[in-house]
Amino acid sequence: MAALQDGPMELDTEKEVKPEILSDGTSNLSGNTGNGALSSSPLTAAPAGGAPKQEDQQTLIAVLQFLKRNKLSESVEILRREAGLAEDQVDSLAADGSGGGKEDGGDANSLLSRVSIPAAAAPQSTLTPVPVKRSEDHPDVRVVLSAYNQQGDPSLYQVYYSDLKNFIESVLDCHRAELSQLFYPLFVHMYLELVYNNNEAKAKAFFEKFSGDQECYYLDDLRVLCGLSKKEHMKGNEALLDFRTSRFVLRISRDSYQLLKRHLQERHNNQIWNIIQEHLYIDIFDGMPRSKGQIDSMSGSLGGEAKREVNKAKVFYGLLKEPEIEVPLDDEDDEAENEEGKPKKKKTKKDSIGSKSKKQDPNAPQQNRIPLPELKDSDKLDKIMYMKESTKRIRLSPENLPSICFYTFLNAYQGLTAVDFTDDSSLLAGGFADSTVRVWTVTPKKLRKVKSAADLNLIDKESDDVLERIMDEKTASESKILHGHSGPVYGVSFSPDRNYLLSSSEDSTVRLWSLQTFTCLVGYKGHNYPVWDTQFSPFGYYFVSGGHDRVARLWATDHYQPLRIFAGHLADVTCTRFHPNSNYVATGSTDRTVRLWDVLNGNCVRIFTGHKGPIHSLAFSPNGKFLASGSTDGRVLLWDLGHGLMIGELKGHTDTIYALKFSRDGEILASGSMDSTVRLWDSTKAFDDVETDDFTAATGHIHLPDNSQELLLGTYHTKSTPVTHLHFTRRNLLLAAGAYNSQ
Amino acid sequence: MAEERRQKLCSVILPTESMKAMAESVGVGSLQEDSCLALSEEVSYRIKEIAQDALKFMHHGKRRKLMTGDIDHALKLKNVEPLYGFQSQEFIPFRFASGGGRELHFYEEKEVDLSDIINTPLPRVPLDVSLKAHWLSIDGVQPAIPENPPPAPKEQQKAESTEPLKAVKPGQEEEGSIQSKGQGATSAEVKGKEKMRMKPRSTHELSVEQQLYYKEITEACVGSCEAKRAEALQSIATDPGLYQMLPRFSTFISEGVRVNVVQNNLALLIYLMRMVKALMDNPTLYLEKYLHELIPAVVTCIVSKQLCLRPDVDNHWALRDFAARLMAQSCKTFSTTTNNIQSRITKTFTKALLDDRTQWTTRYGCIAGLAELGHDVIKTLIIPRLSVEGARIKAVMDGPVVSNIDKIGADHVQSLLLKHCASVVAKTRPLPDLVDQYKADFGYLGTMLCSHVIKARAQASFQAQTVNRTTLTITQPRPTLSMSQSGLSASGGSRTPSIIKVPSSLTLMSTRPGTPTQPSPPATKYIVMATSAGAASTQQVITLSSSQSGSPVTSTVPSTPTSLQPLVKLESGNTGAVGGSRPLQKYIVVSLPSSSSSLESKGSSVLPSSTSPISMESAVKLERSESPAASTQSPH
Repeated sequence: MAALQDGPMELDTEKEVKPEILSDGTSNLSGNTGNGALSSSPLTAAPAGGAPKQEDQQTLIAVLQFLKRNKLSESVEILRREAGLAEDQVDSLAADGSGGGKEDGGDANSLLSRVSIPAAAAPQSTLTPVPVKRSEDHPDVRVVLSAYNQQGDPSLYQVYYSDLKNFIESVLDCHRAELSQLFYPLFVHMYLELVYNNNEAKAKAFFEKFSGDQECYYLDDLRVLCGLSKKEHMKGNEALLDFRTSRFVLRISRDSYQLLKRHLQERHNNQIWNIIQEHLYIDIFDGMPRSKGQIDSMSGSLGGEAKREVNKAKVFYGLLKEPEIEVPLDDEDDEAENEEGKPKKKKTKKDSIGSKSKKQDPNAPQQNRIPLPELKDSDKLDKIMYMKESTKRIRLSPENLPSICFYTFLNAYQGLTAVDFTDDSSLLAGGFADSTVRVWTVTPKKLRKVKSAADLNLIDKESDDVLERIMDEKTASESKILHGHSGPVYGVSFSPDRNYLLSSSEDSTVRLWSLQTFTCLVGYKGHNYPVWDTQFSPFGYYFVSGGHDRVARLWATDHYQPLRIFAGHLADVTCTRFHPNSNYVATGSTDRTVRLWDVLNGNCVRIFTGHKGPIHSLAFSPNGKFLASGSTDGRVLLWDLGHGLMIGELKGHTDTIYALKFSRDGEILASGSMDSTVRLWDSTKAFDDVETDDFTAATGHIHLPDNSQELLLGTYHTKSTPVTHLHFTRRNLLLAAGAYNSQ
Repeated sequence: MAEERRQKLCSVILPTESMKAMAESVGVGSLQEDSCLALSEEVSYRIKEIAQDALKFMHHGKRRKLMTGDIDHALKLKNVEPLYGFQSQEFIPFRFASGGGRELHFYEEKEVDLSDIINTPLPRVPLDVSLKAHWLSIDGVQPAIPENPPPAPKEQQKAESTEPLKAVKPGQEEEGSIQSKGQGATSAEVKGKEKMRMKPRSTHELSVEQQLYYKEITEACVGSCEAKRAEALQSIATDPGLYQMLPRFSTFISEGVRVNVVQNNLALLIYLMRMVKALMDNPTLYLEKYLHELIPAVVTCIVSKQLCLRPDVDNHWALRDFAARLMAQSCKTFSTTTNNIQSRITKTFTKALLDDRTQWTTRYGCIAGLAELGHDVIKTLIIPRLSVEGARIKAVMDGPVVSNIDKIGADHVQSLLLKHCASVVAKTRPLPDLVDQYKADFGYLGTMLCSHVIKARAQASFQAQTVNRTTLTITQPRPTLSMSQSGLSASGGSRTPSIIKVPSSLTLMSTRPGTPTQPSPPATKYIVMATSAGAASTQQVITLSSSQSGSPVTSTVPSTPTSLQPLVKLESGNTGAVGGSRPLQKYIVVSLPSSSSSLESKGSSVLPSSTSPISMESAVKLERSESPAASTQSPH
């Protein structure tokens, strides 16, 4: 459904996208990786999920309406055909939709408004003025805002609110915590209603009186809110539009809900009841009311908690088996061993490893669920290297902590914005605020680029070492600079085969660089706003990017349009990570949620709430079962993907966590922060300690043990270097990187 | 909760006057009040919006400070042309002015002459980004290298030493547990510790690298090569990772002083005091815990009756001055109401000063020690004594020649008194400096004091109080000392080898033919054993055993000391092999840390990995540690 919603967006963006594939780079791109590409049209993939339900139909109609209004008749036609709707059906449904129940209308409109926002400011990179039609006369926004019709005497709002407050404070303790959740959304909606109806002074008084009661983790939002005092301000403010259009989700036990309902009916407090009905989604569950601690651990996001049913979808979190290596392994292995002149002693050992991975993990997705690129010979060689290295891997445990090698960027003048290591830890890339990307080699082997075309003509193409000969030794150096972006580079990611490098930048492009020629191959345009993060799939070929336009996009290197658009976040997508099996993508956002998306159909399969600040780092555990996320509030949260549960909270950092990484075996979680420390956590213990019985799994109400201090294995201070990136080598040596901050 | 904090949330808007001013600046003359208000609200809202967007860029730029570039990018998001020309790396180029009850921030735009810009040489190109690797942790232990922050911050050291009973604060507790964790404590122990709220037991095990470092440093500090010593002292004064070694250094110094005072080995005493100075200069160390060892050593060097073999020739006065300054410095740094260092020291000095039988050397030390404590101390304790001391000096100077040594002592005391008192008197005494008046007040010293005071006044008026005697500058003590050494060694004349002279093995070799042959001194071995396997504190057993002859070290014959050159060695096990053959005094510091060997093996297990800076470092250290030992040992 998500992909479906974004149909029009993509159509919009398509117009601006210009293929930037350079002539010398095409051969690299369209190698054998292209064989198993996903279908490049999101529209064909998405509806295949099943017959659209009623709600989906409403959405469809909304999209169709939008398209029609923007005179995109062709698209309308295509979409209608795809969805299998007759023309008259559309019209009648449309009439239904707009004239029908208020909720439905709200839904459709909300969708429209969200879709139209990115479209409205689309062509900023070309510096042409925004189409006047849209920004001036914004029909969608007006429709959305009209939900805030005057519903009562504005002077009584304070009375209503304090009445409810008194009631909630007087109820039994067990219900109080749950009902207190109502304060914040009610407060915001009542304030906005006052503002919308031009009761500025009353709104201000209302804000001043009750803003102090709100939970401290909403402070950032309150700050935004307090600046907003005019109806006109509401137009352009996306965050608030979202608050309005997406219903704030609360989880309340049935008992507490009944209590509230009875009270409001007794008092005839229609005002509040209306808001609850219209703008809040109350997820009622049977059972014990939750405690304050339980609620606090899950709340904090921009849109309230996740509904329980959104986390019910099955997630295939298991790892893919690696059948490709089986057969060639022996051959390659023989070769490799013969080269080294070693006896074939190791072979049996390798076989056992191979056989272990042959077994299909019951939780793993089907091997071809997502078409993956075929392995090239060099990939197989690399896999063998990987296996060899992993036999030498140090077993980490709380008694046996990893060594940390810190790479400090000197003279970076606060300009280092992103770092990545290759998987084999041989290369290091840094993105800088001055728009450059720099690649360093951290091994004695220098960086060489392919000779120029003229020089290439001179070499003997028949010789055996032609691959050596094409490299230019003269310009070999320890670092190379890649110029091309026109804004700070916020994300860099190496491809698994070390041939490519991705970088995402403020200039709203993602660029693909060749590490053979050290030139730019493609500029992927699609995000219309800064792209905060990008990452290659663990199998290469695909990559994901996320940016200020609040969507994450899935790309394939040989397509200049995104294959999937993951829309749903209410604010910037700040970080994106691929699941180790490449079937899922996790995104962290400024709306303080983490979402997990299915690459196959673009669906959002998990929404994790609980962070109290924008999320800036994500890490999957190597077995694919768990996810760790770190945010500006200095806390790391651990999530169980299979059950969709929060299973741990690691407190200790005092500033934004920019780097998270599990050790190769998953025993240790390393976190790096702006507070210039690297901390090591006992992740095995953190995962074991949680008892996930059926009840907690069903309700999602877990009680987190406060054991951060026990789980913390080590704190390592740098002198004055915020930690930007962490990476475990294949032998479990921890590499950290950051720029020295001289202040 | 936190009402005050929340108050700030209330929307603040720009004053309407600003709108008017801005309107005027673009040529809109009269703006109505309503429009101003509407404008200011709108502008305030937009500015807030942009600031909030700019924050995003700051976060993604991985910075704590909002920069002008962030604002530009935020404007770009809104499709607004960025503000050009406000590229500031560090500071916001606004000036502040206030007057008439109004506060104003303005951007100072100076007129710049283009030719000036053209003619000024180009600024240096900023250094390019470079990458540097170091070990943040090795097997979970953070190595104490300059790239890492000091293992225990000075504040923590201070807190530990001044308030040992206070429950450890959360942050420190973490530190402590991590630190002890690094030394192999199991997680269960840490847990228990946290539960019991016990002060983390501090263990003093040194890694192999630290042992090597210790050996290297101590050898260089008391060795013969002045360049090496300077390097070693520099290292002590600046290296951030010495916290662990502090107890060893402290014991080394105190034992060194004890032995060398008895032997009147002035040179070594000077070296040891310079070590104290270096330790004090180290910004990452807090010496409070080790004062009980260091202060007696320092005070010994101030007031000891005899510090050198020939008090008439050697300049032990410089050492006393230097040590007195150290004492004053430590008083200033560490004196608290609980330990009362300053008052106790003052009492000690005063008591000795008041005693009639005190020798001139001790007297000098007491006065120097007191004088360094500041003007107030001079004023209250020394100046009233001036007449008495004057009489005593007079008795020596004018009386029958008792001994040359006394005369020299009296002379030094006199100049010291004049030096210190003159400036104080110049400050406190009303102006007319009449010789008679001074004579009446201060007795024998009055005349000279008067001329000194006049000089001091002239100087003070000439250069407005640039010299502050109470503060210790680094430049002062060192040159004094090295000068005294070189000067004395020159003045020693035929009687070289003087003890003051840097007892370098080479000079010894060259001068030895001149000296009468004498039986080699008893080879005394000092075995400083440090067994530290999990002990609560270091147990340092000093055994004095004379292995070759029975004569104890304390009864050293005055003629022998030339060859008494302590070699400080740190040996791991093979002490017997090296020590036996040499007719030398030896300090052998044997440390047998049980876990260090395991640490070593662990460390080596790291080495095979792809990048291994540590291996290189230790290798270098090893290499370096070979050379000095060889050079000092070879002549013998």
